[in-house]
Amino acid sequence: MPADMRARLGPGVQAELPNLVLAAAGCAGAGRELAQFVDVARVGALISKSIMAEPHTGNPAPRLAETPSGMLNSVGLQGPGVDAFLQRDLPWLLSRGARVVVSIAGQTIREYAGLAARLSDTAGVTAIEVNLSCPNAEDAGQLFALDPQRAGSVIAAVRGSTRYDIPVFAKLSPDVTDIVAVASACVAAGGDGLSLINTLLGMAIDPATMRPVLAGTYGGLSGPAIRPVAVRCVWQVRAAFPDVPIIGGGGVRTGRDALELLLAGASMIAVGTEIIHDPSACSRVLKELEEELASIGADRAVDVVGQAHGRIPRGLAWRA
Amino acid sequence: MAPIQIRGTVLTLRRVDAYHALTLVAPAIATKFRPGQFITVAVGGPETSTLGRRAFAVHDVRPDHGGTVEFVFEARGPGTRWLAALRARDTLDTVGPLGRPFPIPRDPSSCLLLGVGYGSAPLFALAARLRERGCSIDYLLGGESADRVFGALTARRNGRSAAVATTDGSFGARGPVTGLMEQIIREARTDVIYACAPVPVLREVTAIAGRYDIPVQASVDVPMACGTGVCMGCVLPVTGTDGITRIVRSCVDGPVFRGDLVRWDDMGTIPFDALGAPGWNPARSPESRYAG
Repeated sequence: MPADMRARLGPGVQAELPNLVLAAAGCAGAGRELAQFVDVARVGALISKSIMAEPHTGNPAPRLAETPSGMLNSVGLQGPGVDAFLQRDLPWLLSRGARVVVSIAGQTIREYAGLAARLSDTAGVTAIEVNLSCPNAEDAGQLFALDPQRAGSVIAAVRGSTRYDIPVFAKLSPDVTDIVAVASACVAAGGDGLSLINTLLGMAIDPATMRPVLAGTYGGLSGPAIRPVAVRCVWQVRAAFPDVPIIGGGGVRTGRDALELLLAGASMIAVGTEIIHDPSACSRVLKELEEELASIGADRAVDVVGQAHGRIPRGLAWRA
Repeated sequence: MAPIQIRGTVLTLRRVDAYHALTLVAPAIATKFRPGQFITVAVGGPETSTLGRRAFAVHDVRPDHGGTVEFVFEARGPGTRWLAALRARDTLDTVGPLGRPFPIPRDPSSCLLLGVGYGSAPLFALAARLRERGCSIDYLLGGESADRVFGALTARRNGRSAAVATTDGSFGARGPVTGLMEQIIREARTDVIYACAPVPVLREVTAIAGRYDIPVQASVDVPMACGTGVCMGCVLPVTGTDGITRIVRSCVDGPVFRGDLVRWDDMGTIPFDALGAPGWNPARSPESRYAG
């Protein structure tokens, strides 16, 4: 019998997901792109591209650079703005039976709060993921995610503006010396869950032109190259907050990679860059994860969550 | 029509001068294909360290083996070198057909098909389609040297005329293809130009065609990573028919664009009047497009 893959983003009924494999923010487009290859109703949830208050062009090209087992991007949050998202993209996803976690990005705390309020007035938002890796216009462009206090302030403002039954997840950056301190601030500010990890800041230089490859100079590194960093971050945060749900992501390519993050303490998995490489990655990773769980005799995915930390539940028949 | 993802089987892989032509058995892609569309392939095998998919314009589709798809490439990076080492019966993760195809004129027209390097590859399937509509075809092909002009023989066989220009003069005229363009346009009374070439050539082609008031359908070659629209990597500034410039994705809104709508001079930038650019103001944008 296949393992029970259900997961939940929060306590409410609407926060229950049929399975724990999610499409990561910025890797599923507006959903239509992905729907050509996978049934979006059967993806655990789609995390939208980060939505901003206004339309945003993003950065000039080149925006992408391929690196060993990774990808550098400086797309710069190109998007249609919240109005177009609510009029066009969200209704389409809901009509296809998808569950939508809306990622929000802002340049000020007010902007984040305003977006949360707009989304709270809309039916069909399963959860909000707060992209904290945005430059703070009021702090010389320093990313909110890099400072526990500023990250906490954003989460407090978003939680305060969000309807009570919509869970708020904080998406954390690994580019900090102490990710537990940032996680702690977000949980203390009322965050219902944590999503980790965002990309690592990187850079590539073309020896032929002797110039940076990306027009934006730096880019976020993603893909299997960063998976060990994701495993470490999830492990540390889980050890500090065993009861806070974690969406774990960072270079997940196979069901086995997903299992590794579950064992580290993630209760849901976000598949990101692998969607660029394989557009049907979400359904494939889910199938492979089901097979992995069957092979170790786990009946429910939730039973393996955090198991690398040492507790072994009763009744779980481990493979000899 | 919606693209699909399949494991295509390599039927043949052959050298064509400086390039390689790979034929895949991919019936479901072959039957949906329209000229100008492209496919993407994953390279490096299941444990690959190169994550970006490689995009190639489809050169030809044939009905044998239920349907085959052929594309042409140059082995110049780790991904294309891996492709060049494939053998018959190997399989390849393939997605297609993708992108906006070449629009076909309703009435018989005089068409100039311009291609540089292996960029010429998609022109021949287009020519077959145009001939069905009674169009006459003139070819203008170019490349750095004789071994980098793709399809000159086919062009000579099935075109009303076929001109060639190479940078080193080893085949045809010496110089850029655009040097021969005006003469052909005048002699052939060209109604429409289809062009597949590097961006600087497309810019020049569009400029020359504009002086003769001839529409250009340009297949833009910008690097892509996903081909499906999710990664937002292959963007360029394009003006819509509503006069508003948007940063659009070549893979879903192209790769074929009306040449006069692409802002060639602003490639690799975010024009200040693009929708959503820093300081963008919808009220004054179209009027002030060329100010400053």
